[in-house]
Amino acid sequence: MNTCKILMPIGSMGAGFNPETFAAGMALGPDVIAVDAGSTDSGPGYLANGMCKYTRAMLKSDLSIAVLAAKKAGIPFFVGSCGTCGTDNMVDLCAELVEEIYKENGLTGKIAKIYSQQTADIIKKKWDEGKIRALDGAPGVCRETFDECTNIVALLGAEPFIKAWQNGADVVLGGRATDTANIAAMAVYKGCNTAAAWHGAKTVECGAQCTDTSEDKGVFLTVDEEGFTVTPLGEKTRCTPYTISAHLLYETSDPTRLTEPSGSFLTKDAVYTQLPDGRSVRVIGSTFEPAAKYTMKLEGAGIVGYQNISLVGITNRKVLADPETWIKNISAYVDKFIRKVGIDPGDYSFNFKAYGYNAVIEGPVPVGTPPPREIGMLLTVTAKTQELATQIAKIFNPYLLHFPADLNEDLPSFAFPFSPVDIPRGATCEFKLLHVVECDDPFELVRFEYVEIE
Amino acid sequence: MPMVQDIAMEVRSKNAGPFWVTLEIFCKDDEAYQIIKNSPNVTKEKVAETYMVNPEQIKCFYCDSIYVAKFSFPRPKPSGHKYENDMHTGQQYIRLAELEV
Repeated sequence: MNTCKILMPIGSMGAGFNPETFAAGMALGPDVIAVDAGSTDSGPGYLANGMCKYTRAMLKSDLSIAVLAAKKAGIPFFVGSCGTCGTDNMVDLCAELVEEIYKENGLTGKIAKIYSQQTADIIKKKWDEGKIRALDGAPGVCRETFDECTNIVALLGAEPFIKAWQNGADVVLGGRATDTANIAAMAVYKGCNTAAAWHGAKTVECGAQCTDTSEDKGVFLTVDEEGFTVTPLGEKTRCTPYTISAHLLYETSDPTRLTEPSGSFLTKDAVYTQLPDGRSVRVIGSTFEPAAKYTMKLEGAGIVGYQNISLVGITNRKVLADPETWIKNISAYVDKFIRKVGIDPGDYSFNFKAYGYNAVIEGPVPVGTPPPREIGMLLTVTAKTQELATQIAKIFNPYLLHFPADLNEDLPSFAFPFSPVDIPRGATCEFKLLHVVECDDPFELVRFEYVEIE
Repeated sequence: MPMVQDIAMEVRSKNAGPFWVTLEIFCKDDEAYQIIKNSPNVTKEKVAETYMVNPEQIKCFYCDSIYVAKFSFPRPKPSGHKYENDMHTGQQYIRLAELEV
């Protein structure tokens, strides 16, 4: 029977592997180490700026553990979505780190870089050909939207990982990929059940979150021709049918049907069984529907302005009794001064958030809610340039310090935590795409480069 | 009147990609689950009203085998918009948790 054993060391590469459970996973004899490094969860700033959530040192620490273990065991190491956003520069960064690790340890080998970043021109051509389709809940898009994205990436499927490995790569560094692609790739290649490969990959893509603890970081996946088995790595850790099936709900809008580039897997008829060891779970019964057309999901983000933030603490009872009115009054009062100095109203906006009151859950607070003891008032200014955002924040500054609930009263002085008060925050970005692009084949929008280390 | 959080074991919310939010009510047994599932106040329409979204955009799932009710819908604004109040939408469960059953 075709079987594939996969060590998934952590839900997010760079966050810090657990060396003990990683070693426990290696002892189980994996065919591949596969890890996903990508996410859009932390917002559009990473993709728009081509940035990683973690530092170079954090990435290198996790990469070192996996690269050296894979080399010693003679198995490949697949990374999906290098550097959080999976842009080309992040693939290059990870390749540079792997090259350093090889050289520092006197090793030879081959690194594959798979690029999936797209130019606006390529995507506009696809748009003109009618090959870009909005997914449910997508924002409105026109041809110009693609130019407004600083970076666009297309999510890799499993095929490019296999191609790079077949071309002799020991370490395969993917640009933005689906969370599951790098994990499912080897199992699909080895002739395991396709639905089980994807469903299993989806189950383990957040690492040990599908177990009864997240301490282990990693988890072990075995896929075969009939189904898949998830085994925890910590000695006391357990997977149960509950933890495994419940994890499929996490961060999925529809847990019954999940779409990958080559098709969709359906989990409705999956059966979850606890194995006799009391800690592993066996899953069979999910099904796979091949796609009529190969599609890659697109992500795109761009800069929409520049921001400056100021924080002030308020305990004044009159302000706290009605924070909304205070916000309305200071906004109208200061806006007059902003316009007086000739700043075009179309070039800026600002927003107050009353932390401790209704910053997190917007809108009116439920009737009868007692006033808070204090609030942290956050002013965010957005403008066409950083200079303008900062100028407006500085116009606000004296009023943030002194603006009273009642204009006929003595001026209060509120509590600033920082000096200078206002903080230039840089670019503010937005996600602009929730679309898929039809491809002639899995490689049409994908580029490969190889680095030989001798 | 008990609230959802009094009946459920856990109520949570999380982003599902940058444009969707998903909310889940986990119950410890079938008894609690049936109360949630059959409550006239924990419905697609009520979730739509509470979160000020169009009920037609809400996907609703009942996972009978693990006693979970799940609601997913597009976020009014995508993750990280310029005046974002909850990037991961992880704190948005509270309005569902405080619905009266």
